[in-house]
Amino acid sequence: MGLKEKMHEIKLKYQGKKMAPAFNAFHTFLFTPNETTHSGSHLRAVDDLKRTMNTVILALVPCLLFGIFNAGYQHYSAINGFPENFSLFEHFINWENFILGATTVLPLVVVSYGVGLLVEFIFAVIKGHEVEEGYLVTGMLVPLIVPIDTPLWMLAVAVVFGVVIGKEVFGGTGMNILNPALTIRAFLFFAYPTWMSGDKVWVHDAVERAGTADAISGETILGYLAQGNNTEMYAKYDLSEMFFGFIPGSVGETSTLLILLGGLFLIFTKIASWRIMLSAVLGSLAMGLIFNMVVDFGWIPEYSKFYGLMSFDFWQHLIVGGLAFGIVYMATDPVTGSQTNKGKWIYGFLIGFISVMIRVFNPGYPEGVFLAILLMNVFAPTIDHYVIRGNVRRRMKRMKNATILPDTVDGAGAELKAETV
Amino acid sequence: MALLSKKDANLILDPLADNNPITIQVLGICSALAITAELKASVVMAISVLFVMGVGNVVISLLRNVIPSKIRIIVQLIVVATLVIIVDQVLKAFAYELSKTLSVFVGLIITNCIIMGRFEAFALGNGIRRSFLDGIGNALGYGVILIIVGFFRELLGSGTLFGIPVLGDPIAKTGLYSIGYENNGFMIIPPAALIVVGIIIWVQRSRNRALIEEA
Repeated sequence: MGLKEKMHEIKLKYQGKKMAPAFNAFHTFLFTPNETTHSGSHLRAVDDLKRTMNTVILALVPCLLFGIFNAGYQHYSAINGFPENFSLFEHFINWENFILGATTVLPLVVVSYGVGLLVEFIFAVIKGHEVEEGYLVTGMLVPLIVPIDTPLWMLAVAVVFGVVIGKEVFGGTGMNILNPALTIRAFLFFAYPTWMSGDKVWVHDAVERAGTADAISGETILGYLAQGNNTEMYAKYDLSEMFFGFIPGSVGETSTLLILLGGLFLIFTKIASWRIMLSAVLGSLAMGLIFNMVVDFGWIPEYSKFYGLMSFDFWQHLIVGGLAFGIVYMATDPVTGSQTNKGKWIYGFLIGFISVMIRVFNPGYPEGVFLAILLMNVFAPTIDHYVIRGNVRRRMKRMKNATILPDTVDGAGAELKAETV
Repeated sequence: MALLSKKDANLILDPLADNNPITIQVLGICSALAITAELKASVVMAISVLFVMGVGNVVISLLRNVIPSKIRIIVQLIVVATLVIIVDQVLKAFAYELSKTLSVFVGLIITNCIIMGRFEAFALGNGIRRSFLDGIGNALGYGVILIIVGFFRELLGSGTLFGIPVLGDPIAKTGLYSIGYENNGFMIIPPAALIVVGIIIWVQRSRNRALIEEA
């Protein structure tokens, strides 16, 4: 008897028992259950929740791998200096970088999944429902949006908070108002700001070495800009490095190229909404353009603390910081985002718009993507509500204005009326 | 409980749990959010409200037959404002530092919905004894939640209780801090109180399912 049949049998044996949901979660993760629908319509599609989640994880894997290598690259480059003639295979994809990256990034992944799934399992057992797959993606997103040196216990605390307060209290997967991964990040940010911002946390070991003779810096691009050090920043990083992602930042968010590929993958598999992605890009470009115009018209003096970020070319906002990652993987969350097509345009546009606005005006920390997305998460149902009301009103008006033809014998008039409405 | 009949005892005990002004009636939230970052402030606030409510309910109950109903809100405001000024002056005289942290929130006891709510709902229609018990009960119910929230927020946010370090010294890295523990800055900011109160409501309602409203 194969493992598959054995698991089917165990499932039947323990049906209705307390731990059954926990077992079923493993079971359905490994195999398709052998149950069939008993009544009603039989319509089977392959894209169930697990498939959806796995597709997103697949789209995240390149970012994770890049993050692992980048962790090593940033660490060794900060110590030994950046290589003069950068070669991808010589300086980036090598064992040294991989080992350092793997030993720092993989624990984050393990803690994120371990703690998050534990909470999900506990809730499933207490409430007696099946374990939902919602955490599969969140668990992969979380390690990618935190700084490399986040202490593991902090991550664990934040994951418990995010899953319980962000999701389970609302009724679990599919019922949450806020994106759980971003709730976790927001909690970390407000609870332990010293580990989430500044110029030390983005490169492995920089915190440990601070204040010693071996001190290294890991200032992010936005960090340089917030202090108005634009020329210094351009001397250190060029545009291709920003685009390909050889820059310090949260673990998996640096490479715009890979995020772009992941985004295209999600669009072609129809998992994520292209409307949200496109409108968010447009929104951030619009806000960036407004800021650039303010600078061009000379409305803001050069000594202003906003000058550095405001004068940053509008389209370059997309290739630094977490904006691209947030747009592709977080804003498109089907649960917390807008559901209507018109709503998606508004929702996405405002995410991009507000992200760049917070980025420039936030006094403490030059990034605002997670705050913008969380804010719009809250407004998404309102946007949907007004889009739907607007639609209803338009159709009511159309019905009122519809020409009412006298009913003919064969009912053609009634048919025509139905068509115009 | 020989002192009090069962009915009277319930006036005090009900607001402590199943009819708590904060967790069930969701009144007085503003001050619960604002001043619970420290346990000491929570305790002082709880005592102040206890005084204002106990005395205020008695005064309103005494006057209940002579207050013209058209201007009763104004009379209530005057009573509560007088009492609050007494509290404020006492605090300024004997606990000046604390009165600075509580600052505007002592004054805002006047607008605390619990107090006006009890004046309106109870003291205007009941005798002195029962009004006093009701005032004490509701103030205690309010105070208990304040102290629970203050306890967790100060412990997790600052690592202290009543200003005394209990988890070690965060700067010298002793106690828990020596193994990498850090204070949770989130607990200091007011939204944390909202979440702690939310968790208390959650716990309370899952223990007593009768409290859950019909959706």
